Amino acid sequence: MELLLVLAIPVLGGVLLAFIGHRPRAADVNVACSFATLAAAALLTYRVIQHGPLTALHENFFVDYFNVFLVSLTAFVGWTTAVFSRSYMRIEREHGKLTAGRLRLYHSMYQSFMFTMLLALLTNNLGILWVAMEAATLTTVLLVSLYRTPESLEAAWKYFILCGVGIAQALFGTILLYFAAAGVLGSGGDALLWTHLILVKHQLEPTVLTLAFVFLLVGYGTKVGLVPLHNWLPDAHAEGPTPISAVLSGLLLNVALYAIVRNKVLVDGALTSGLAGRLMMAFGLASVVVAALFLWRQKDVKRLFAYSSIEHMGIATFAFGMGGPVAVFAALLHMTVHSLTKSAIFFTVGHAAQKTGTQLIEGIRGLVDTNPVIGWGLMLGSLAILGMPPFGVFASEFLILTTAMHDQPWATPILLAALGIAFAAIFSKVQPMVFGETTARRLARPPASMPIFLHLALVLMLGLFIPAYLASWYRAAAALIG
Amino acid sequence: MTLTQQLINLFASLMLLIAFAMLSQRRVQSLIYLFAAQGAVLALNTVVVAAHTGQKHLYFSAALTLLMKVILLPWILHRLIRRLAIRWDVETLINIPTTMLVGIVLVVFAFNLTIPIVALAGTITRSTLGIAMGSVLLAFLMLITRRKAVPQVIGFLAMENGLFFAATSATYGMPMVVELGIALDVLVGTLIFGIFFFHIRETFDSLDIHHLERLKER
Repeated sequence: MELLLVLAIPVLGGVLLAFIGHRPRAADVNVACSFATLAAAALLTYRVIQHGPLTALHENFFVDYFNVFLVSLTAFVGWTTAVFSRSYMRIEREHGKLTAGRLRLYHSMYQSFMFTMLLALLTNNLGILWVAMEAATLTTVLLVSLYRTPESLEAAWKYFILCGVGIAQALFGTILLYFAAAGVLGSGGDALLWTHLILVKHQLEPTVLTLAFVFLLVGYGTKVGLVPLHNWLPDAHAEGPTPISAVLSGLLLNVALYAIVRNKVLVDGALTSGLAGRLMMAFGLASVVVAALFLWRQKDVKRLFAYSSIEHMGIATFAFGMGGPVAVFAALLHMTVHSLTKSAIFFTVGHAAQKTGTQLIEGIRGLVDTNPVIGWGLMLGSLAILGMPPFGVFASEFLILTTAMHDQPWATPILLAALGIAFAAIFSKVQPMVFGETTARRLARPPASMPIFLHLALVLMLGLFIPAYLASWYRAAAALIG
Repeated sequence: MTLTQQLINLFASLMLLIAFAMLSQRRVQSLIYLFAAQGAVLALNTVVVAAHTGQKHLYFSAALTLLMKVILLPWILHRLIRRLAIRWDVETLINIPTTMLVGIVLVVFAFNLTIPIVALAGTITRSTLGIAMGSVLLAFLMLITRRKAVPQVIGFLAMENGLFFAATSATYGMPMVVELGIALDVLVGTLIFGIFFFHIRETFDSLDIHHLERLKER
């Protein structure tokens, strides 16, 4: 019941906003829909914590400890981003960057995008998971090109073609997986249901699953933004409206990584070689290193943080690849804190760009003087994402590094060096943006400070102590993934 | 070899032939006809497999293919190029003979890659899995060697055709609900491509994606 509500509210919201999305109150409707989704997700989470994993509608949907925390995270960030988007889009409208028609498209697609991500998380069918991931691309592609500038059109085209091609590889992988599963479970709808596959994972044909996993990793990896498949990501983040950058970075990348991890569990069951883990470690490490080096060259602030997202998804992918209860626990924590911190950073960056009229780093100076909320938000957010204690990113990165020292000692110096490079690059660019001299005036309207500081407070809390129920929740999920 | 098997092999070779023909085609109009023809072969092949195996849902997916890939999508594409008044020929990044040679290498690679799977498959269509993979790779090649937006989209859709063929030959098709979902995605995707063409042309006065080269790492 709660599960249906979680899926139905964004669909209804999307349809409703397709009609009234241009009205002045549409942003409030968007916030209300997102809040209703969050409430339903909270109920669903409560139910799962009380009664354990559940399946619904002839096993077409299922919830366990792994996806329920991503569902609540997605619904939560979806809501806070909607709150931010209300302030942000009003200013964009006043600056004459958007017409009413485009706002209608934006609001309707925002809800549809939330739906596709929640569907991807909640479905039990690996085929539907693919369909939902592709639909998530389709709903956001017109949002990336919302401003219709030449650059944004290019970014959207790149996003569309690269993710389309990537996700086609994932479909081939899913077909191969179905082929292997049909040999055990018989052909028919059941052979793609995860709850059935997990029971027979040891009987699946290893050679087929090896090939399938390569295709799945390349396919969904394109959406995670793993190097060398990351080309679309900085462009799409930099050219789209900032609320969309926040949800792409904070949520979509997580959902794509979720798809990889779900498939990895099956492949690990069939193979004894640990090939899936090694492939993920290699892709993850490459992403961390390449992204850290590219951070130095960025002149656009949104591109800077887009590369930082690649880096952090690389860290999480590496940790999932390493496997074991501690590393997986840390990876799940890292997904959570990265999602919260990065969306908070995009909120501040979005307002900063509105204030100064440019996204170029050298054009943004002295945020603390004119808009302390934005300035301090950006500074604290950057320190958090760079892994400074006492924020949550420090906790997850510390766990990942100590596990790596024990399990994969060769990788630790590479990771540490990359983190150091990233720290120097981001800090040296953010510091003058926050504390430099400025002549720019303050923002005409108050910025959305609630989402920024709510996210940062949560990240701070996760760094200082992790509530017992959350920890046991992560541990249960880690046990599922193995 | 039974008649069914011969028919399936015939359709498989037609698939590959059309994939190569698309690669060598210079006119956009003909490219759309070729795409429709590939869809028709795909639908016929699905019907033959359905008749042989008695899998009811394959008839549905054959009908879906016929509707989507032979009628609806080519119609949308034709309308688009009429509305946009596109008459130019297809321009390629590499010349066509070279592309064809690369294509041959890709097909050999595809056959090699699928050998272990083909040995495991019990389906009547298993010998065609290599061809299916080959047509996916050829469509991929077309996607990356074309300069204009419309041929890129046709490459994208042809890739979907290859994947569909792979699903039919390896496993007698995916479960119905998944197939419907994929069909919906392809349709919505094509519509968005269509909207996109207008945006691109409004902004650049041309559909040459060479204009889309501003965003680079500097």
